[in-house]
Amino acid sequence: MDFWRMPLDAEKHEVVIGKVNIISYRCKGCKYCIEFCPNDVLEESEEFNEKGYYPPRVKQEGRCINCNFCETICPEFAIYCTEAERRPLQPQDVIHIEKISRRLRHRRASGTGKADS
Amino acid sequence: MIEKLVRPHGSTAAKDSWQKGHGDHPLDRFLKEGRIPHIWCSGCGIGIAFTAFVKALEKGQFDPDRTVVVSGIGCSGRAAGYLDLDTYHTTHGRPIPFATGLKLAKPELKLVVFSGDGDLFAIGGNHIIHAARRNIDITVICINNFNYGMTGGQGGPTTPLEARTTTTPYGCAEHPFNLIYLAKAAGAVYVARWTVLHTYEMRDAMIEGMNKRGFSFIEIISPCPTGYARHNKLGSALDLMRFYKDNSYLADVLDPENTALPFKGRVAVGKFVDIEKPTFMDMWETCVVAKAEKR
Amino acid sequence: MTGRSAQRGEDLTILTGTHFMNGDEACAEGGVAAGCAFFAGYPITPATEVAERMARRLPQVGGVYIQMEDELASMAAVVGASCAGARAMTATSGPGFSLMMENVGLAAMLEAPCVLVNIMRGGPSTGLPTLVGQQDVMQARWGSHGDYEVIALSPESPQESFQLTFEAFDLADMYRTPVMILSDEVVGHMTEKVIIPPPEALICRARRKRKPARRGFRPFYPDSSGVPPMVFAGEGYHIHATGLTHDEFGYPVITPEAQERLVQRLVRKIRDHADEIVRTEELYLEDAEVIVVSYGCSARTARAVVEQAKRRGLKVGMLRLITVWPFAETRIRQLAGSDGLKAFVVAEINSGQIAYEVERCAEGKVETVLAGFMGGRIFSPEELLPIVEEALR
Repeated sequence: MDFWRMPLDAEKHEVVIGKVNIISYRCKGCKYCIEFCPNDVLEESEEFNEKGYYPPRVKQEGRCINCNFCETICPEFAIYCTEAERRPLQPQDVIHIEKISRRLRHRRASGTGKADS
Repeated sequence: MIEKLVRPHGSTAAKDSWQKGHGDHPLDRFLKEGRIPHIWCSGCGIGIAFTAFVKALEKGQFDPDRTVVVSGIGCSGRAAGYLDLDTYHTTHGRPIPFATGLKLAKPELKLVVFSGDGDLFAIGGNHIIHAARRNIDITVICINNFNYGMTGGQGGPTTPLEARTTTTPYGCAEHPFNLIYLAKAAGAVYVARWTVLHTYEMRDAMIEGMNKRGFSFIEIISPCPTGYARHNKLGSALDLMRFYKDNSYLADVLDPENTALPFKGRVAVGKFVDIEKPTFMDMWETCVVAKAEKR
Repeated sequence: MTGRSAQRGEDLTILTGTHFMNGDEACAEGGVAAGCAFFAGYPITPATEVAERMARRLPQVGGVYIQMEDELASMAAVVGASCAGARAMTATSGPGFSLMMENVGLAAMLEAPCVLVNIMRGGPSTGLPTLVGQQDVMQARWGSHGDYEVIALSPESPQESFQLTFEAFDLADMYRTPVMILSDEVVGHMTEKVIIPPPEALICRARRKRKPARRGFRPFYPDSSGVPPMVFAGEGYHIHATGLTHDEFGYPVITPEAQERLVQRLVRKIRDHADEIVRTEELYLEDAEVIVVSYGCSARTARAVVEQAKRRGLKVGMLRLITVWPFAETRIRQLAGSDGLKAFVVAEINSGQIAYEVERCAEGKVETVLAGFMGGRIFSPEELLPIVEEALR
């Protein structure tokens, strides 16, 4: 059973949707952005770039929150986020956040690898 | 003497296929055009520390005309070549005295030394302790990957006891330095250690170190997937990053003496020293120039 | 930072007047008069007095003195200060000279102007710390690894120590190269009259004042003199300077083509101007049958011998090398071809260093005789004269 409700200060929050920009030719396939994205936005793509590495690709649009951790953790200046949309908090956002945090808790408990999407 | 020199034919320009991509990334404005991709391996932590430095330049709003980066020899030392600042890539072990000369000749410059554990603490060991002792106003960023990466993964002053490298194939018989302990003992006024996973802490430590008056030392623990990690079967770079995530702990309440890094052991991170002390130039002005007599 | 007046408003950079000082002190004064703003050194007999005098004088003239932890750091700091725009200098002797070689190579590669004073002493290794030698001459030329050229000047008196150190800074700036003052313990520790002229007589050729445009600037692209105009850190050019083989932008390019272009230029910028750089002093060369070639303190003995020989009617001349490197090749070749010349006698306090250069340039046309002395004191005219007399036969 899901327990959720709208936060009491919901009007003070906005949802920021980001857009991930991947500069594929620079990627060296270290997978840090895929691993450490807090919202599990990225996965390894099936096409490789001219250096033979598999750059990341966005799993599903609309999940990125423009935190820019991928830009910070990327050693190659190959990825960055920009803001795509900014809107008030809505119920489906709260449900989604609850799902993500449950998945991350599960992943931490199991210790390794990534839980399936 | 009759000279018959053989002259090779070919271009001297670096390949320009990457030059058109300059500007694709918002942080490209801090980089020199056409110089990336950099030489660091896939997963190398130096790239992350370098990105953190670029972000520190951005957030700290340092003057690009007055900030100078000096590096030594090694993988970390290559960082100087990619930055759009005045940068100097000097001889092995000597970025710190070189930076000392730059700083004392032009005190308005902001000096950052970006180098590795071997360059700064083996061949350069003497220089770092004296610069710290004198409290020269420079910031030293030391990327510690526990070996000499550029030359293929040899043992160095920070290689843990019993670790394998190409020159310690049966395990290292030497005890390593504890770099932050050494920096504190030598007199550094700002000492911090972070891993490359601590991106924001690294960036902020760099900003604090650069704004700090006096000798600042920041040690950054980095994976070396091609050298150290491979020789010691520590897994991929990603495995090492997960290791740092699970095994680094904030230890700034501890004295640096107790923050040694055992082989495959936990990593103590934090800001360990942040004190005030007159710099060399302060003392030079107040103690020496003020008293310089007529002949 | 250079020449800023001391606290009481008087400019103490040039101590015009007559002084009684030793060669070391004169070197220091020559540096200060040239506007030296940075000295990094390490104490070593017999060069310590240079450092001590600089420690006293630089705070008076707005410069900075720092005693580094070793000579490796000293030379690195000197190169760094030079890159920041200060006229920088250091002083040492044999053992420190060996340590400085690493960063002499860096100075040559970065084309950083600097002055390195070597008060030579007996070697090898620790050798004779308090006694003379002239055994570092070849090392000055070939000491660091790789291909490069240096300029080296050899004073024979404290007065000349002042003058040559003063001029060394101009040469360093003009050719963007390390310049060495190959003095020796005898000249360095000899106290003689030194006249420091008024500022009008000490003209420093202006450092390149016209700064190039920033856009598209190539820090290692030479102008018509073969030397790139120098820019300093903090001027907004955002240059990259590396000890790796590099292109005209200063970026490392590890290819044979880049090596060819760069190293050829580094060597040629001095070699092609050797005739302008080389200075010698000549005495009685017109009809000489034997020419004594010497430099530094040995030249004082050589001079006495030549005068003695002249009084006895012997045709002996002297060629004193003021510039030791680049070598006075043209002049030696010229003299070797003159009629009547029987031999060069090279008087030096080593087992043969400049003698090889003389022999090479003489090309077998005349005999080259080494009058070598292992060190510890200069040789007396009575020891040199018989060698000259024998060469006359």
